[in-house]
Amino acid sequence: MTQPVLDVRNLSTHFPTRRGVIKAVDDVSFQVGQREIVGLVGESGSGKSITGFSILGLVDPPGRVVSGSIRFQGEELTGLPQKAMRTIRGKRIAMIFQDPMMTLNPVLSVGTQMIETVLAHDNVSRAEARARSRDALGLVGIPSPDERLDAYPHQFSGGMRQRVAIAIALLHRPELIIADEPTTALDVTIQSQILFEIKRLANEFSMALIWISHDLGVVAALADRVMVMYAGKIVEAGPVDDVLARPAHPYTVGLMQAIPAAVPRGEPLKPIPGMAPSPLARPSGCAFRDRCDRATDICATPPALDLSEAREWRCFHPKEWRAA
Amino acid sequence: MSVFVIRRLMQSIAVLVVTALIVFLGVYAIGDPIEMLISHDASPAERAQVILSLGLDRPLWQQFFTFCWNALHGDLGRSFVFNKPTITLIFERLPATLELTLTGLVFALALGIPLGLISGLKPNSVTDEAIMTGSILGFSLPGFWQGMMLIMIFSVWLGWLPSTGRGEMGSFLGIHSSLFTLDGLKHLILPAINLSLFKLSLVIRLTRTGVRETMPLDFVKFARAKGISERRIVFVHVLKNILIPLITVIGMELGSMLAFAVVTETIFAWPGIGKLLIDSIMRLDRPVVVAYLLVIVSLFILINFAVDILYSLIDPRVRLGDQS
Repeated sequence: MTQPVLDVRNLSTHFPTRRGVIKAVDDVSFQVGQREIVGLVGESGSGKSITGFSILGLVDPPGRVVSGSIRFQGEELTGLPQKAMRTIRGKRIAMIFQDPMMTLNPVLSVGTQMIETVLAHDNVSRAEARARSRDALGLVGIPSPDERLDAYPHQFSGGMRQRVAIAIALLHRPELIIADEPTTALDVTIQSQILFEIKRLANEFSMALIWISHDLGVVAALADRVMVMYAGKIVEAGPVDDVLARPAHPYTVGLMQAIPAAVPRGEPLKPIPGMAPSPLARPSGCAFRDRCDRATDICATPPALDLSEAREWRCFHPKEWRAA
Repeated sequence: MSVFVIRRLMQSIAVLVVTALIVFLGVYAIGDPIEMLISHDASPAERAQVILSLGLDRPLWQQFFTFCWNALHGDLGRSFVFNKPTITLIFERLPATLELTLTGLVFALALGIPLGLISGLKPNSVTDEAIMTGSILGFSLPGFWQGMMLIMIFSVWLGWLPSTGRGEMGSFLGIHSSLFTLDGLKHLILPAINLSLFKLSLVIRLTRTGVRETMPLDFVKFARAKGISERRIVFVHVLKNILIPLITVIGMELGSMLAFAVVTETIFAWPGIGKLLIDSIMRLDRPVVVAYLLVIVSLFILINFAVDILYSLIDPRVRLGDQS
């Protein structure tokens, strides 16, 4: 097997607070292969964004990666000094954020924000940096890129701003892009455009992609593999078609039943009962057991990761799809 | 832009006319200058003669229109006391006040912004606590007391700096100012510090708040994800955003510093415009009071105008003359 682009082992990111430690990411392990598109799915607060920030070393204090290893192209990222980390951020691992209205600095022109990204990593002239920025804008489908470089973020629509953010992420042709819900804040029509665009570019430049989303539908359309996160842990992972066709973990089943398109017309959607547990008071054992209709006494002990074939899940009572 | 300038000019004229009216009426109400100007043993004929020569026998509206008509010709009346044009009196004194105020302002900004940045970047650290405590003192200790303490420490005990007067003046590029001689600078330091301590505290707090509000924003995180150095993030991305509220407040404060430098000028016997105002009010020298207030109002208008222009330069979202 070829070396994965990213190999995360037993990653834990904790936030100490006055009322206790929030285990935002709790013993998470996964790999991202070369050119692979991995979807990371979960509801708000499940720790999926923090996982992304942990990889780049951008967890806001007081939060920090407390244990585990993050290997990027074989190189260990945890414990790397800030200076070394900076040469990787934006250059070899790029990130796209959720809200394009917020990710660009309102008082700096788009050109300034792109050129500084080029100059942060490559020792080139301003003119060359500008030319590269212009080309990147053209690449993501922004018309008359040369003029748009002098424009300010407020002069762009939401979809166009997200394209600018993608162009910035692409400036250095990174090996890995972490996209944190990049389409959530956009209109549905714009969403599919951006989705298509990112998929095309990832393919064109042979980039690996981690797509963080709460929308299983989006991930189904895009990803090769999907990981479902709940309460800081990955509860199920596997090839996207397989997981969607035969979900094993009751939480995944619940997520799918809550998608309007997956339920036959006229039938009511089945929301998952209850609320996600407070990160300070998660149930012992399986964090989902309070909301799970299959839970038994054994669920009070932490379920191990069950690896069968390419699939893995953390559950004592998976849906018996193998029998079917 | 030109629409903006024209509209602003018309507003300014309206403001000036209204101010002139209010000031004129106000000054009329506070007492009869004749009582102060003529000795009590003057004959009624002499008295009538003076009233006639000063135009005080005419009805108020006539006095006001005469004043306005003369003002349009650049004549703001003659001082009852000095028997000189008030404009000449004011412009003799204004440079000293401007010099004091601007030095104080530069001092407040040059020290306040860095201290605020340090405080805001390391909130709740020992340095931050020290700076914040210092700024509370700057806020709460009365200006006149601070002035007297400065004199006591630096002039009386240490004997480093003179306590009164403006000192020797030098000239540079045709401008006469005490900034250009060592003696002048020595005289300037204490009053400038006294005048700026309050503003310094204000600048520190504004900057600190700005930093704390801006640092957690997405665009800062995005800039980090791009691999931009922390230095550039603070001094370009964050500082440019902070300058917007800072300029607003400083603009207003500059006006009030000019207008109310009175206390400092009195303590340090600084021959500025504030002292002239106090003396004129005491002697009921109406023309000087009216002219002084009009000049100050004009300065306020000018400063606000400059602030608006600066705004549009710093914040691209502000376009002058766009609002209908």
